[in-house]
Amino acid sequence: MTVNVISAGIATTIQDLGRPGYYHLGIPMGGAMDRLALKTANLLVGNDEGAAGLESVFVGPELEFTQDATVAVCGAELPPKVDGEPRDTWTAFTVKAGQVLSFDFLKSGARIYIAISGGITTPMYLGSRSTYAIGALGGVDGRPVQPGDSLPLGKSSKMVKGGLSVPKALRRGPSNPAELRVLPGLYWHRLTEQAQKNFFEDTWKVANEADRMGYRFQGGRKLEFVEREQPFSAGADPSNITDACYPYGSIQVPSGSEPIVLHRDAVSGGGYFMLGTVISADMDLIGQLQPNTPVRFVKVDMAAALAARKEQATIMDEIREVLS
Amino acid sequence: MSSRYTFGGDEHIFVEVDEEMSLEAFFVSLSMTNAVRKANIKGVTEICPANASFQIKFDPDVIHPDDMMKELKRLEAEAEQGDNVLETRIIEVPVYYQDPWTHDTLMRFRERHQDPSATDIEYAASINGYDSVEKFIEAHSGAPWFVSMVGFVSGLPFLYQMVDRSRQIQVPKYLSPRTDTPRQTVGYGGSFSCIYSVRGAGGYQMFGITPMPIYDPEQRVPYLKDFMVFFKPGDIVRFKPINREEYDAVIAQVQAGEYMPRIRNVRFSLSEFNADMDGTNAKLMEALYDR
Repeated sequence: MTVNVISAGIATTIQDLGRPGYYHLGIPMGGAMDRLALKTANLLVGNDEGAAGLESVFVGPELEFTQDATVAVCGAELPPKVDGEPRDTWTAFTVKAGQVLSFDFLKSGARIYIAISGGITTPMYLGSRSTYAIGALGGVDGRPVQPGDSLPLGKSSKMVKGGLSVPKALRRGPSNPAELRVLPGLYWHRLTEQAQKNFFEDTWKVANEADRMGYRFQGGRKLEFVEREQPFSAGADPSNITDACYPYGSIQVPSGSEPIVLHRDAVSGGGYFMLGTVISADMDLIGQLQPNTPVRFVKVDMAAALAARKEQATIMDEIREVLS
Repeated sequence: MSSRYTFGGDEHIFVEVDEEMSLEAFFVSLSMTNAVRKANIKGVTEICPANASFQIKFDPDVIHPDDMMKELKRLEAEAEQGDNVLETRIIEVPVYYQDPWTHDTLMRFRERHQDPSATDIEYAASINGYDSVEKFIEAHSGAPWFVSMVGFVSGLPFLYQMVDRSRQIQVPKYLSPRTDTPRQTVGYGGSFSCIYSVRGAGGYQMFGITPMPIYDPEQRVPYLKDFMVFFKPGDIVRFKPINREEYDAVIAQVQAGEYMPRIRNVRFSLSEFNADMDGTNAKLMEALYDR
């Protein structure tokens, strides 16, 4: 009852919906960067939404199956193949014992989620199988998967029809330029009015440093700070604060030059000021942005953030209904 | 002290107790987070105390952010009446200052440093007015430290020294962060010491290394059997300088699964400390060693 890793793809990790509850100790919630994609892939193969699957970035793994299984791939447009035969994304398909699942080249997005009927059943750490490589926690021995790994699978509890598919209208991908909605706050007042305006006017680009910990952005004007005497213990640079907690999605800007949006494997705190936070509804989307993608940050208020959250929950409800 | 409340998106409230660090600000943050925990507010998912601030994560589907904000502000009055007394523990942490491993690492990153011709500890000693590294180590290890925050990465403690401000060591962080730091490095940035719990990136100046593991996801270390993270906010730490032989001896004990750090339970009162810092610290040392 295993799936064998022939090649690992890029940054392929075991992820479920993460381990909330330990952020105060520096252990982030982790879990799929694009939670909607993982949940949907699980539903397609008859798993619980929170079952563990694989997350890969840009390049998928090659996996050999030792038993028949139902598989679904959601998220980025990275077409799956079974023994070289193309299969559709966002659609359940069958893989027979001895067959090999591989992937074609990336067409859009950045991260795929591979769900396998029964789910991956590596050991739980603090209530989750998610890989947190920096803390050597979860996954396979606390690390991403590598060739030669045998991933254990659970028993499939529910038979599903092959060919079950998510309608196109319910699949999401980033627009171009992508828009990330931001609620200003935290240390927003530390920026000059001009800098506050510039941040939302400029078009930024996703930098190469974009991973589970955070996404860095480049190309906008350098942010200027309101002059002040730095408080004791904060450090001399105006972008420094007395080390504090970082919200998920918060945007820190070391020395005012390159904003970094913290993601699922966020560092829990540190000494950089933050200008605000990407709203919860847009966090999944960040994980699908490729380097160099142009991005506009869009200023919203709390009412808009909550409306967007509700809208996203409705999409998930519709997916559940279609796949039930 | 008047706290500043702000939203971190639709899922967090961030409360800055004070812009600058002090034990007073830390105690307000700690008693506020204790009050939030006790209040058992529906929808709260994470409670994170920090040095002079704290953060609450909540589920906006369960409680409206404005209502959560009201709840927190209501608790502030209650928390401010706390008597700032802590039943906590004091722990001796052995430190091999100027060890070969952090030395190798700091030499690899000299181009990111304020003073490429000096080591991190030489630089820190000189800008803080110490005429020798030995005197600086005496100051760093001479008075105990408060764990004022746990975080950044798994189980990393930030420590704040229990001396008056005139004796506080202040050191800037690296000009740009290193991509590598040995596990269990004792670092310094701003007015905080830290112990790097895992190997990885870091921006604090490196002074030495401790042989004592403080994070163990495998939970093989005997004192981490109950939980994989050793430190919690409010712990008091005494750094004990050790040499290479002592370092190797502790490492051997750790590997044999026999190492236990020296730990004693103590009661700490902030007002007693403020009235007589050196006297309070001397009593803490007595508690650590005279039993």
